[in-house]
Amino acid sequence: MLRIPCPYCGERDRTEFTYGGDARVQRPADTDHIRDKAWDDYLYFRDNPAGEHREYWQHSLGCRQWFTLVRNTVTNEVLKEAAANPGSGP
Amino acid sequence: MKNYSIWSLFRNAFSGHCNWPQALPDVAPQDQYDAVIVGGGGHGLAAAYYLAKNHGVTNIAVLEKSWLGGGNVARNTTIVRSNYFHEARGRLTEQALKLWENLSRELNFNVMFSPRGIINLAHSTAQLDDYARLGNAMTVRGVNAELLTVGQIKQLVPCLDTRPEARFPITGGLMQRRAGTARHDAVAWGYGRAAALRGVDIVQNCEVTGIVRQGGKVIGIDTTRGRIRTPKVGICVAGASSRVSEMAEIRLPLENHLLQACVTEPVKPILNTIVTHGLFNFYISQTDKGELVMGGDIDGYNRYSTFGELPPLEAAIRACLSLFPSFSRLRLMRTWGGVVDMSMDGSPILSKTSLDGFYINAGWCYGGFKATPAVGQVLAQMMATDETPELAAPFVLDRFHSGHIIAEEGKGPKPWLYH
Ligand SMILES: Cc1cc2nc3c(=O)[nH]c(=O)nc-3n(C[C@H](O)[C@H](O)[C@H](O)COP(=O)(O)OP(=O)(O)OC[C@H]3O[C@@H](n4cnc5c(N)ncnc54)[C@H](O)[C@@H]3O)c2cc1C
Ligand SMILES: [Zn+2]
Repeated sequence: MLRIPCPYCGERDRTEFTYGGDARVQRPADTDHIRDKAWDDYLYFRDNPAGEHREYWQHSLGCRQWFTLVRNTVTNEVLKEAAANPGSGP
Repeated sequence: MKNYSIWSLFRNAFSGHCNWPQALPDVAPQDQYDAVIVGGGGHGLAAAYYLAKNHGVTNIAVLEKSWLGGGNVARNTTIVRSNYFHEARGRLTEQALKLWENLSRELNFNVMFSPRGIINLAHSTAQLDDYARLGNAMTVRGVNAELLTVGQIKQLVPCLDTRPEARFPITGGLMQRRAGTARHDAVAWGYGRAAALRGVDIVQNCEVTGIVRQGGKVIGIDTTRGRIRTPKVGICVAGASSRVSEMAEIRLPLENHLLQACVTEPVKPILNTIVTHGLFNFYISQTDKGELVMGGDIDGYNRYSTFGELPPLEAAIRACLSLFPSFSRLRLMRTWGGVVDMSMDGSPILSKTSLDGFYINAGWCYGGFKATPAVGQVLAQMMATDETPELAAPFVLDRFHSGHIIAEEGKGPKPWLYH
Protein backbone atom coordinates (compact mmCIF):
# COMPACT_ATOMS: atom_id res chain seq x y z
CA MET A 1 0.00 0.00 0.00
CA LEU A 2 1.09 3.56 -0.64
CA ARG A 3 2.63 4.97 2.54
CA ILE A 4 2.38 8.70 3.05
CA PRO A 5 4.79 10.65 5.25
CA CYS A 6 2.66 13.11 7.22
CA PRO A 7 4.94 16.02 8.14
CA TYR A 8 3.41 16.04 11.62
CA CYS A 9 2.86 12.36 12.45
CA GLY A 10 5.30 10.46 10.25
CA GLU A 11 4.66 7.74 7.69
CA ARG A 12 1.23 6.08 7.69
CA ASP A 13 -0.95 3.94 5.40
CA ARG A 14 -2.65 5.90 2.66
CA THR A 15 -6.05 4.79 3.97
CA GLU A 16 -5.61 7.33 6.82
CA PHE A 17 -5.55 10.18 4.31
CA THR A 18 -7.98 12.07 2.09
CA TYR A 19 -6.86 13.16 -1.34
CA GLY A 20 -7.13 16.80 -2.37
CA GLY A 21 -5.88 16.79 -5.96
CA ASP A 22 -3.32 18.71 -7.98
CA ALA A 23 -1.51 21.27 -5.82
CA ARG A 24 0.10 23.18 -8.67
CA VAL A 25 -3.06 24.84 -9.88
CA GLN A 26 -3.09 28.28 -8.30
CA ARG A 27 -6.29 30.00 -7.36
CA PRO A 28 -6.24 33.37 -9.15
CA ALA A 29 -5.31 36.08 -6.67
CA ASP A 30 -7.09 39.17 -7.94
CA THR A 31 -10.58 37.68 -8.07
CA ASP A 32 -12.27 40.98 -8.86
CA HIS A 33 -10.43 41.52 -12.11
CA ILE A 34 -9.42 38.17 -13.55
CA ARG A 35 -10.77 36.93 -16.83
CA ASP A 36 -13.12 33.95 -17.08
CA LYS A 37 -10.44 31.97 -18.87
CA ALA A 38 -8.15 32.14 -15.85
CA TRP A 39 -10.94 30.80 -13.66
CA ASP A 40 -11.68 27.97 -16.10
CA ASP A 41 -8.03 27.00 -16.25
CA TYR A 42 -7.79 26.97 -12.49
CA LEU A 43 -11.00 25.03 -12.02
CA TYR A 44 -10.87 22.49 -14.80
CA PHE A 45 -7.64 22.18 -16.73
CA ARG A 46 -4.80 19.95 -15.52
CA ASP A 47 -1.36 18.85 -16.69
CA ASN A 48 -2.20 15.25 -15.74
CA PRO A 49 1.44 14.16 -15.78
CA ALA A 50 2.80 10.63 -16.04
CA GLY A 51 5.46 11.07 -13.39
CA GLU A 52 6.03 13.80 -10.85
CA HIS A 53 2.82 15.19 -9.38
CA ARG A 54 2.53 17.72 -6.56
CA GLU A 55 -0.72 17.11 -4.72
CA TYR A 56 -2.73 17.86 -1.59
CA TRP A 57 -3.41 15.30 1.09
CA GLN A 58 -5.16 15.61 4.42
CA HIS A 59 -4.29 13.35 7.33
CA SER A 60 -8.00 12.98 8.01
CA LEU A 61 -7.74 9.99 10.38
CA GLY A 62 -4.78 11.53 12.19
CA CYS A 63 -3.81 15.12 12.90
CA ARG A 64 -6.24 16.44 10.24
CA GLN A 65 -3.66 18.78 8.73
CA TRP A 66 -3.44 19.45 5.00
CA PHE A 67 -0.02 19.26 3.35
CA THR A 68 1.50 18.77 -0.10
CA LEU A 69 3.34 15.75 -1.36
CA VAL A 70 5.32 15.07 -4.53
CA ARG A 71 4.63 11.58 -5.83
CA ASN A 72 5.37 9.73 -9.03
CA THR A 73 2.01 8.79 -10.59
CA VAL A 74 3.56 5.86 -12.46
CA THR A 75 5.57 4.19 -9.69
CA ASN A 76 3.83 5.64 -6.63
CA GLU A 77 7.23 6.59 -5.23
CA VAL A 78 7.14 9.55 -2.87
CA LEU A 79 9.73 11.88 -4.35
CA LYS A 80 10.01 14.64 -1.82
CA GLU A 81 9.22 14.70 1.83
CA ALA A 82 5.79 16.15 2.41
CA ALA A 83 5.79 19.87 3.00
CA ALA A 84 3.81 21.34 5.83
CA ASN A 85 1.96 24.46 4.75
CA PRO A 86 -0.37 25.49 7.52
CA GLY A 87 -3.62 27.09 6.55
CA SER A 88 -3.50 25.84 2.98
CA GLY A 89 -5.47 23.15 1.27
CA PRO A 90 -7.35 22.64 -1.94
CA MET B 1 -10.76 -12.27 -45.01
CA LYS B 2 -14.10 -14.02 -45.19
CA ASN B 3 -17.36 -13.63 -43.33
CA TYR B 4 -18.10 -16.13 -40.61
CA SER B 5 -21.19 -18.29 -41.11
CA ILE B 6 -22.81 -21.49 -40.00
CA TRP B 7 -21.04 -23.18 -42.97
CA SER B 8 -17.58 -21.95 -42.00
CA LEU B 9 -18.24 -23.20 -38.49
CA PHE B 10 -19.33 -26.54 -39.92
CA ARG B 11 -16.33 -26.88 -42.23
CA ASN B 12 -13.84 -25.98 -39.54
CA ALA B 13 -15.42 -28.37 -37.08
CA PHE B 14 -14.36 -31.21 -39.39
CA SER B 15 -10.70 -30.23 -39.12
CA GLY B 16 -10.88 -29.81 -35.37
CA HIS B 17 -10.93 -26.01 -35.61
CA CYS B 18 -7.21 -26.07 -36.52
CA ASN B 19 -7.50 -24.31 -39.88
CA TRP B 20 -9.32 -21.06 -39.16
CA PRO B 21 -7.70 -18.25 -41.14
CA GLN B 22 -6.12 -15.38 -39.24
CA ALA B 23 -8.91 -13.12 -37.98
CA LEU B 24 -7.26 -9.86 -38.98
CA PRO B 25 -4.48 -9.25 -41.50
CA ASP B 26 -1.25 -7.74 -40.20
CA VAL B 27 -0.73 -4.55 -42.21
CA ALA B 28 2.03 -1.95 -42.34
CA PRO B 29 1.03 1.73 -42.37
CA GLN B 30 0.97 3.61 -45.68
CA ASP B 31 2.42 7.10 -45.87
CA GLN B 32 -0.85 8.89 -46.60
CA TYR B 33 -4.46 8.53 -45.40
CA ASP B 34 -7.64 10.62 -45.66
CA ALA B 35 -8.07 10.24 -41.91
CA VAL B 36 -6.31 8.50 -39.06
CA ILE B 37 -7.75 7.26 -35.79
CA VAL B 38 -5.29 7.03 -32.94
CA GLY B 39 -6.03 4.16 -30.57
CA GLY B 40 -7.32 0.69 -31.41
CA GLY B 41 -9.73 0.30 -28.50
CA GLY B 42 -13.46 -0.11 -28.91
CA HIS B 43 -14.07 3.57 -29.64
CA GLY B 44 -11.35 3.94 -32.28
CA LEU B 45 -12.26 0.74 -34.12
CA ALA B 46 -15.97 1.61 -34.06
CA ALA B 47 -15.25 5.08 -35.44
CA ALA B 48 -13.22 3.57 -38.27
CA TYR B 49 -15.99 1.10 -39.07
CA TYR B 50 -18.67 3.81 -39.28
CA LEU B 51 -16.40 6.14 -41.27
CA ALA B 52 -16.15 3.38 -43.86
CA LYS B 53 -19.73 2.16 -43.64
CA ASN B 54 -21.77 5.33 -43.15
CA HIS B 55 -19.57 7.85 -44.95
CA GLY B 56 -17.68 5.79 -47.52
CA VAL B 57 -14.33 7.03 -46.20
CA THR B 58 -12.14 3.96 -46.54
CA ASN B 59 -8.62 5.28 -47.10
CA ILE B 60 -8.15 5.44 -43.36
CA ALA B 61 -6.15 3.74 -40.65
CA VAL B 62 -6.45 2.91 -36.99
CA LEU B 63 -3.06 3.11 -35.31
CA GLU B 64 -2.66 1.13 -32.11
CA LYS B 65 0.51 1.39 -30.07
CA SER B 66 0.33 -2.16 -28.74
CA TRP B 67 -2.16 -4.87 -29.61
CA LEU B 68 -5.83 -4.78 -30.44
CA GLY B 69 -7.97 -4.82 -27.33
CA GLY B 70 -5.09 -4.38 -24.89
CA GLY B 71 -6.56 -1.20 -23.43
CA ASN B 72 -9.68 -0.58 -21.41
CA VAL B 73 -11.94 -2.08 -24.04
CA ALA B 74 -11.01 -5.54 -22.74
CA ARG B 75 -10.46 -4.55 -19.11
CA ASN B 76 -13.92 -3.32 -18.28
CA THR B 77 -16.71 -5.08 -16.44
CA THR B 78 -18.81 -5.11 -19.65
CA ILE B 79 -21.87 -3.30 -18.35
CA VAL B 80 -24.03 -1.68 -21.01
CA ARG B 81 -26.93 0.54 -19.93
CA SER B 82 -28.63 3.86 -20.65
CA ASN B 83 -30.11 4.69 -17.23
CA TYR B 84 -28.72 8.22 -16.93
CA PHE B 85 -30.57 11.16 -15.49
CA HIS B 86 -28.97 13.81 -17.63
CA GLU B 87 -30.59 14.06 -21.04
CA ALA B 88 -27.37 14.42 -23.03
CA ARG B 89 -25.86 11.31 -21.47
CA GLY B 90 -29.12 9.42 -21.64
CA ARG B 91 -29.54 10.10 -25.36
CA LEU B 92 -26.01 9.10 -26.31
CA THR B 93 -26.07 5.86 -24.33
CA GLU B 94 -29.58 5.03 -25.53
CA GLN B 95 -28.43 5.44 -29.12
CA ALA B 96 -25.61 3.04 -28.26
CA LEU B 97 -27.99 0.56 -26.62
CA LYS B 98 -30.11 0.45 -29.78
CA LEU B 99 -26.98 -0.39 -31.76
CA TRP B 100 -25.86 -3.00 -29.22
CA GLU B 101 -29.14 -4.84 -29.71
CA ASN B 102 -28.23 -5.71 -33.30
CA LEU B 103 -24.45 -5.51 -33.14
CA SER B 104 -23.53 -9.18 -33.55
CA ARG B 105 -25.48 -9.34 -36.80
CA GLU B 106 -24.18 -5.99 -37.98
CA LEU B 107 -20.55 -6.99 -37.43
CA ASN B 108 -20.81 -10.69 -38.34
CA PHE B 109 -19.13 -11.34 -35.01
CA ASN B 110 -20.76 -12.65 -31.86
CA VAL B 111 -20.32 -9.91 -29.28
CA MET B 112 -22.59 -11.91 -26.94
CA PHE B 113 -24.73 -8.93 -26.02
CA SER B 114 -26.91 -10.21 -23.23
CA PRO B 115 -29.75 -7.88 -22.20
CA ARG B 116 -30.11 -9.32 -18.73
CA GLY B 117 -31.15 -6.10 -17.02
CA ILE B 118 -29.60 -4.00 -14.31
CA ILE B 119 -31.01 -3.47 -10.83
CA ASN B 120 -29.87 -0.45 -8.83
CA LEU B 121 -30.63 -1.26 -5.21
CA ALA B 122 -32.06 1.33 -2.82
CA HIS B 123 -31.42 1.20 0.91
CA SER B 124 -33.72 3.95 2.14
CA THR B 125 -37.06 5.42 1.14
CA ALA B 126 -35.31 8.66 0.18
CA GLN B 127 -33.09 6.76 -2.20
CA LEU B 128 -36.11 5.04 -3.66
CA ASP B 129 -37.66 8.47 -4.27
CA ASP B 130 -34.47 9.45 -6.04
CA TYR B 131 -34.68 6.37 -8.25
CA ALA B 132 -38.30 7.19 -9.01
CA ARG B 133 -37.08 10.57 -10.24
CA LEU B 134 -34.38 8.91 -12.36
CA GLY B 135 -36.88 6.41 -13.71
CA ASN B 136 -39.26 9.23 -14.59
CA ALA B 137 -36.52 11.15 -16.38
CA MET B 138 -35.78 8.05 -18.42
CA THR B 139 -39.46 7.36 -19.15
CA VAL B 140 -39.93 10.91 -20.41
CA ARG B 141 -37.19 10.16 -22.96
CA GLY B 142 -39.02 6.98 -23.94
CA VAL B 143 -36.60 4.66 -22.17
CA ASN B 144 -38.29 2.10 -19.99
CA ALA B 145 -37.49 1.89 -16.29
CA GLU B 146 -39.28 0.01 -13.52
CA LEU B 147 -39.34 0.57 -9.79
CA LEU B 148 -39.11 -2.76 -8.00
CA THR B 149 -40.40 -3.74 -4.59
CA VAL B 150 -38.28 -5.84 -2.25
CA GLY B 151 -40.55 -8.80 -3.02
CA GLN B 152 -39.93 -8.46 -6.76
CA ILE B 153 -36.19 -8.13 -6.21
CA LYS B 154 -36.17 -11.23 -4.06
CA GLN B 155 -37.83 -13.16 -6.86
CA LEU B 156 -35.42 -11.93 -9.48
CA VAL B 157 -32.27 -12.39 -7.39
CA PRO B 158 -32.92 -15.05 -4.76
CA CYS B 159 -29.32 -15.07 -3.52
CA LEU B 160 -29.53 -11.41 -2.47
CA ASP B 161 -29.87 -10.76 1.27
CA THR B 162 -33.28 -9.07 1.29
CA ARG B 163 -33.98 -9.68 4.98
CA PRO B 164 -34.82 -6.58 7.04
CA GLU B 165 -31.93 -7.45 9.35
CA ALA B 166 -29.39 -7.46 6.48
CA ARG B 167 -26.32 -5.26 6.92
CA PHE B 168 -27.79 -2.67 4.51
CA PRO B 169 -31.50 -3.48 4.29
CA ILE B 170 -32.91 -3.18 0.79
CA THR B 171 -35.96 -0.97 0.36
CA GLY B 172 -36.48 -1.48 -3.36
CA GLY B 173 -34.71 -0.82 -6.62
CA LEU B 174 -34.76 0.51 -10.15
CA MET B 175 -34.54 -1.85 -13.07
CA GLN B 176 -33.60 -1.21 -16.68
CA ARG B 177 -34.45 -4.48 -18.38
CA ARG B 178 -32.79 -3.69 -21.70
CA ALA B 179 -29.40 -3.12 -20.07
CA GLY B 180 -26.91 -5.95 -20.14
CA THR B 181 -23.41 -7.15 -20.76
CA ALA B 182 -21.31 -7.92 -23.84
CA ARG B 183 -18.11 -9.82 -24.45
CA HIS B 184 -15.71 -6.90 -24.47
CA ASP B 185 -12.77 -8.27 -26.47
CA ALA B 186 -15.22 -9.49 -29.12
CA VAL B 187 -16.33 -5.89 -29.53
CA ALA B 188 -12.80 -4.85 -30.42
CA TRP B 189 -12.31 -7.80 -32.75
CA GLY B 190 -15.76 -7.46 -34.27
CA TYR B 191 -15.36 -3.78 -35.13
CA GLY B 192 -11.75 -4.34 -36.18
CA ARG B 193 -12.61 -7.14 -38.60
CA ALA B 194 -15.69 -5.40 -39.95
CA ALA B 195 -13.66 -2.24 -40.57
CA ALA B 196 -10.82 -4.19 -42.21
CA LEU B 197 -13.32 -5.94 -44.48
CA ARG B 198 -14.33 -2.48 -45.73
CA GLY B 199 -10.75 -1.59 -46.50
CA VAL B 200 -9.59 0.12 -43.30
CA ASP B 201 -5.95 -0.48 -42.30
CA ILE B 202 -5.73 -1.66 -38.72
CA VAL B 203 -2.11 -1.21 -37.73
CA GLN B 204 -0.90 -2.66 -34.45
CA ASN B 205 2.41 -1.89 -32.76
CA CYS B 206 2.42 1.64 -34.13
CA GLU B 207 2.56 4.41 -31.55
CA VAL B 208 1.72 7.99 -32.42
CA THR B 209 4.49 10.25 -31.13
CA GLY B 210 3.66 13.63 -32.65
CA ILE B 211 0.98 15.65 -34.41
CA VAL B 212 2.31 17.53 -37.41
CA ARG B 213 0.67 20.94 -37.86
CA GLN B 214 0.81 23.81 -40.28
CA GLY B 215 -1.11 27.08 -40.02
CA GLY B 216 -3.61 25.88 -37.43
CA LYS B 217 -4.29 22.65 -39.31
CA VAL B 218 -3.29 19.04 -38.92
CA ILE B 219 -1.20 17.82 -41.82
CA GLY B 220 0.12 14.57 -40.47
CA ILE B 221 1.35 12.50 -37.59
CA ASP B 222 4.65 11.05 -36.47
CA THR B 223 4.66 7.45 -35.43
CA THR B 224 7.19 4.85 -34.32
CA ARG B 225 6.85 3.54 -37.88
CA GLY B 226 7.43 6.82 -39.64
CA ARG B 227 5.58 9.97 -40.65
CA ILE B 228 2.10 9.69 -42.13
CA ARG B 229 0.41 12.53 -44.04
CA THR B 230 -3.24 13.06 -43.16
CA PRO B 231 -5.58 16.05 -42.82
CA LYS B 232 -7.71 14.49 -40.07
CA VAL B 233 -6.78 12.87 -36.80
CA GLY B 234 -9.27 11.54 -34.26
CA ILE B 235 -7.96 10.43 -30.91
CA CYS B 236 -9.54 7.58 -28.96
CA VAL B 237 -6.72 6.81 -26.56
CA ALA B 238 -8.50 6.75 -23.17
CA GLY B 239 -5.74 7.01 -20.54
CA ALA B 240 -3.31 8.56 -23.04
CA SER B 241 -5.64 11.44 -23.97
CA SER B 242 -3.74 14.16 -22.12
CA ARG B 243 -0.41 12.95 -23.54
CA VAL B 244 -1.57 12.75 -27.14
CA SER B 245 -3.44 16.09 -26.98
CA GLU B 246 -0.32 17.68 -25.55
CA MET B 247 1.39 16.74 -28.83
CA ALA B 248 -1.09 19.16 -30.43
CA GLU B 249 -0.59 21.69 -27.63
CA ILE B 250 -4.10 21.17 -26.36
CA ARG B 251 -4.58 20.91 -22.61
CA LEU B 252 -7.54 18.87 -21.40
CA PRO B 253 -9.74 18.94 -18.30
CA LEU B 254 -8.73 15.39 -17.47
CA GLU B 255 -6.98 13.44 -14.77
CA ASN B 256 -5.87 9.84 -14.95
CA HIS B 257 -6.94 7.41 -12.29
CA LEU B 258 -6.74 3.69 -11.78
CA LEU B 259 -9.79 1.45 -11.71
CA GLN B 260 -9.63 -2.19 -10.72
CA ALA B 261 -11.96 -5.14 -11.16
CA CYS B 262 -11.88 -8.80 -10.24
CA VAL B 263 -13.49 -12.18 -10.96
CA THR B 264 -14.20 -15.18 -8.81
CA GLU B 265 -13.84 -18.81 -9.79
CA PRO B 266 -16.65 -19.97 -12.10
CA VAL B 267 -19.77 -21.38 -10.49
CA LYS B 268 -23.15 -22.59 -11.77
CA PRO B 269 -25.63 -19.90 -12.82
CA ILE B 270 -26.67 -17.97 -9.72
CA LEU B 271 -27.07 -14.37 -10.86
CA ASN B 272 -28.90 -13.61 -14.10
CA THR B 273 -28.91 -9.84 -13.93
CA ILE B 274 -26.53 -6.99 -13.02
CA VAL B 275 -26.84 -5.68 -9.47
CA THR B 276 -25.44 -2.45 -8.08
CA HIS B 277 -25.18 -1.44 -4.43
CA GLY B 278 -27.09 1.64 -3.33
CA LEU B 279 -24.61 2.90 -0.76
CA PHE B 280 -21.24 1.95 -2.17
CA ASN B 281 -20.04 2.09 -5.69
CA PHE B 282 -20.25 -1.64 -6.37
CA TYR B 283 -21.52 -3.64 -9.33
CA ILE B 284 -21.63 -7.36 -10.05
CA SER B 285 -22.71 -9.74 -12.78
CA GLN B 286 -22.03 -13.33 -13.76
CA THR B 287 -20.17 -14.13 -16.96
CA ASP B 288 -21.27 -16.84 -19.34
CA LYS B 289 -18.37 -18.93 -18.05
CA GLY B 290 -19.81 -18.64 -14.55
CA GLU B 291 -17.35 -16.25 -12.96
CA LEU B 292 -18.74 -13.42 -10.87
CA VAL B 293 -17.20 -10.22 -12.17
CA MET B 294 -17.25 -7.17 -9.94
CA GLY B 295 -15.78 -3.76 -9.42
CA GLY B 296 -15.93 -0.72 -7.20
CA ASP B 297 -14.27 2.64 -6.86
CA ILE B 298 -11.13 4.03 -8.44
CA ASP B 299 -8.00 3.98 -6.27
CA GLY B 300 -8.68 7.63 -5.50
CA TYR B 301 -5.61 9.62 -6.49
CA ASN B 302 -3.92 10.44 -9.80
CA ARG B 303 -2.36 7.33 -11.24
CA TYR B 304 -0.71 6.26 -14.51
CA SER B 305 -0.35 2.57 -13.80
CA THR B 306 -2.49 -0.55 -14.10
CA PHE B 307 -1.27 -1.99 -10.77
CA GLY B 308 -3.78 -1.07 -8.12
CA GLU B 309 -3.83 -1.30 -4.36
CA LEU B 310 -5.73 -3.74 -2.18
CA PRO B 311 -7.93 -1.34 -0.16
CA PRO B 312 -10.32 -0.44 -3.02
CA LEU B 313 -10.72 -4.12 -3.88
CA GLU B 314 -11.32 -5.00 -0.25
CA ALA B 315 -13.98 -2.29 -0.12
CA ALA B 316 -15.67 -3.74 -3.21
CA ILE B 317 -15.62 -7.22 -1.73
CA ARG B 318 -17.02 -5.96 1.59
CA ALA B 319 -19.85 -4.33 -0.35
CA CYS B 320 -20.37 -7.58 -2.24
CA LEU B 321 -20.64 -9.67 0.91
CA SER B 322 -23.07 -7.26 2.52
CA LEU B 323 -25.46 -8.03 -0.34
CA PHE B 324 -24.53 -11.65 -1.05
CA PRO B 325 -23.30 -13.31 2.16
CA SER B 326 -23.32 -16.68 0.39
CA PHE B 327 -20.46 -15.57 -1.90
CA SER B 328 -18.03 -15.47 1.00
CA ARG B 329 -16.63 -18.92 0.21
CA LEU B 330 -15.81 -18.14 -3.40
CA ARG B 331 -12.18 -17.67 -4.36
CA LEU B 332 -10.96 -14.69 -6.34
CA MET B 333 -9.22 -15.79 -9.50
CA ARG B 334 -7.91 -12.58 -10.99
CA THR B 335 -7.75 -8.87 -10.35
CA TRP B 336 -6.61 -6.27 -12.85
CA GLY B 337 -6.69 -2.56 -13.44
CA GLY B 338 -7.02 0.02 -16.18
CA VAL B 339 -6.01 3.67 -16.43
CA VAL B 340 -9.18 5.70 -16.83
CA ASP B 341 -9.32 9.28 -18.09
CA MET B 342 -11.56 11.00 -15.55
CA SER B 343 -13.02 14.31 -16.66
CA MET B 344 -13.71 17.34 -14.50
CA ASP B 345 -17.50 17.04 -14.68
CA GLY B 346 -17.64 13.26 -14.94
CA SER B 347 -18.87 13.43 -18.55
CA PRO B 348 -17.00 12.69 -21.76
CA ILE B 349 -15.52 15.06 -24.32
CA LEU B 350 -16.52 14.45 -27.92
CA SER B 351 -15.35 17.48 -29.76
CA LYS B 352 -13.70 19.38 -32.55
CA THR B 353 -10.84 21.53 -31.33
CA SER B 354 -9.09 24.83 -31.99
CA LEU B 355 -6.78 22.85 -34.26
CA ASP B 356 -8.42 22.13 -37.63
CA GLY B 357 -8.66 18.41 -38.32
CA PHE B 358 -7.99 17.36 -34.72
CA TYR B 359 -10.90 15.58 -33.06
CA ILE B 360 -11.05 14.44 -29.46
CA ASN B 361 -12.97 11.58 -27.92
CA ALA B 362 -11.90 11.29 -24.29
CA GLY B 363 -12.89 11.61 -20.66
CA TRP B 364 -15.11 8.56 -20.56
CA CYS B 365 -14.21 7.97 -16.91
CA TYR B 366 -15.21 4.43 -16.24
CA GLY B 367 -18.29 4.29 -18.34
CA GLY B 368 -17.17 4.34 -21.94
CA PHE B 369 -17.68 0.73 -22.95
CA LYS B 370 -21.47 1.01 -23.05
CA ALA B 371 -21.22 3.98 -25.41
CA THR B 372 -18.84 2.34 -27.90
CA PRO B 373 -21.19 1.96 -30.91
CA ALA B 374 -22.66 5.46 -30.55
CA VAL B 375 -19.25 7.06 -30.02
CA GLY B 376 -18.09 5.34 -33.20
CA GLN B 377 -21.05 6.68 -35.19
CA VAL B 378 -20.87 10.19 -33.81
CA LEU B 379 -17.11 10.58 -34.10
CA ALA B 380 -17.22 9.19 -37.65
CA GLN B 381 -19.86 11.74 -38.58
CA MET B 382 -17.87 14.54 -36.97
CA MET B 383 -14.69 13.57 -38.81
CA ALA B 384 -16.41 13.02 -42.15
CA THR B 385 -18.40 16.25 -42.15
CA ASP B 386 -16.23 18.45 -39.91
CA GLU B 387 -19.43 19.42 -38.13
CA THR B 388 -20.58 18.72 -34.58
CA PRO B 389 -23.33 16.07 -34.67
CA GLU B 390 -26.36 16.75 -32.49
CA LEU B 391 -25.57 13.96 -30.04
CA ALA B 392 -22.06 15.34 -29.53
CA ALA B 393 -23.05 18.99 -29.16
CA PRO B 394 -23.43 18.92 -25.35
CA PHE B 395 -20.04 17.23 -25.00
CA VAL B 396 -17.87 19.84 -26.70
CA LEU B 397 -14.62 20.83 -25.02
CA ASP B 398 -15.75 24.45 -24.91
CA ARG B 399 -18.33 23.63 -22.24
CA PHE B 400 -15.62 24.09 -19.62
CA HIS B 401 -15.34 27.70 -20.75
CA SER B 402 -19.00 28.41 -21.46
CA GLY B 403 -20.11 26.94 -18.14
CA HIS B 404 -22.40 24.29 -19.66
CA ILE B 405 -20.83 21.42 -17.78
CA ILE B 406 -22.69 18.11 -17.63
CA ALA B 407 -22.49 16.99 -14.06
CA GLU B 408 -24.56 13.85 -13.61
CA GLU B 409 -23.18 13.49 -10.10
CA GLY B 410 -22.45 17.13 -9.32
CA LYS B 411 -19.34 16.81 -7.20
CA GLY B 412 -17.38 19.71 -8.64
CA PRO B 413 -14.00 19.44 -10.37
CA LYS B 414 -12.87 16.49 -8.25
CA PRO B 415 -12.55 13.60 -10.69
CA TRP B 416 -11.41 11.19 -8.00
CA LEU B 417 -14.96 11.32 -6.59
CA TYR B 418 -16.68 10.47 -9.87
CA HIS B 419 -17.84 7.11 -11.17
C1 LIG C 1 -11.74 -1.98 -14.61
C2 LIG C 1 -12.61 -1.21 -15.56
C3 LIG C 1 -13.98 -1.47 -15.59
C4 LIG C 1 -14.82 -0.76 -16.46
N1 LIG C 1 -16.14 -1.11 -16.51
C5 LIG C 1 -16.96 -0.53 -17.41
C6 LIG C 1 -18.31 -0.96 -17.55
O1 LIG C 1 -18.76 -1.89 -16.85
N2 LIG C 1 -19.10 -0.33 -18.45
C7 LIG C 1 -18.64 0.68 -19.23
O2 LIG C 1 -19.41 1.23 -20.00
N3 LIG C 1 -17.35 1.10 -19.16
C8 LIG C 1 -16.49 0.51 -18.28
N4 LIG C 1 -15.16 0.90 -18.21
C9 LIG C 1 -14.69 2.00 -19.08
C10 LIG C 1 -14.37 1.56 -20.50
O3 LIG C 1 -13.57 0.41 -20.48
C11 LIG C 1 -13.65 2.70 -21.24
O4 LIG C 1 -14.33 3.92 -21.06
C12 LIG C 1 -13.55 2.44 -22.74
O5 LIG C 1 -13.10 1.15 -23.01
C13 LIG C 1 -12.61 3.48 -23.36
O6 LIG C 1 -12.61 3.43 -24.77
P1 LIG C 1 -11.69 2.47 -25.66
O7 LIG C 1 -12.30 1.12 -25.67
O8 LIG C 1 -11.52 3.08 -26.97
O9 LIG C 1 -10.33 2.52 -24.81
P2 LIG C 1 -9.02 1.59 -24.88
O10 LIG C 1 -9.36 0.18 -25.13
O11 LIG C 1 -8.22 1.90 -23.66
O12 LIG C 1 -8.32 2.15 -26.17
C14 LIG C 1 -7.32 3.13 -26.20
C15 LIG C 1 -6.17 2.60 -27.02
O13 LIG C 1 -5.29 3.65 -27.38
C16 LIG C 1 -3.99 3.11 -27.47
N5 LIG C 1 -3.03 4.21 -27.43
C17 LIG C 1 -2.71 5.01 -26.38
N6 LIG C 1 -1.77 5.90 -26.74
C18 LIG C 1 -1.48 5.68 -28.04
C19 LIG C 1 -0.58 6.29 -28.98
N7 LIG C 1 0.21 7.32 -28.63
N8 LIG C 1 -0.55 5.80 -30.24
C20 LIG C 1 -1.35 4.76 -30.60
N9 LIG C 1 -2.22 4.15 -29.76
C21 LIG C 1 -2.28 4.61 -28.50
C22 LIG C 1 -3.94 2.18 -26.26
O14 LIG C 1 -2.91 1.22 -26.39
C23 LIG C 1 -5.33 1.57 -26.27
O15 LIG C 1 -5.40 0.34 -26.93
C24 LIG C 1 -14.28 0.23 -17.32
C25 LIG C 1 -12.91 0.50 -17.29
C26 LIG C 1 -12.07 -0.21 -16.43
C27 LIG C 1 -10.59 0.08 -16.44
ZN1 LIG D 1 -0.68 13.75 10.63
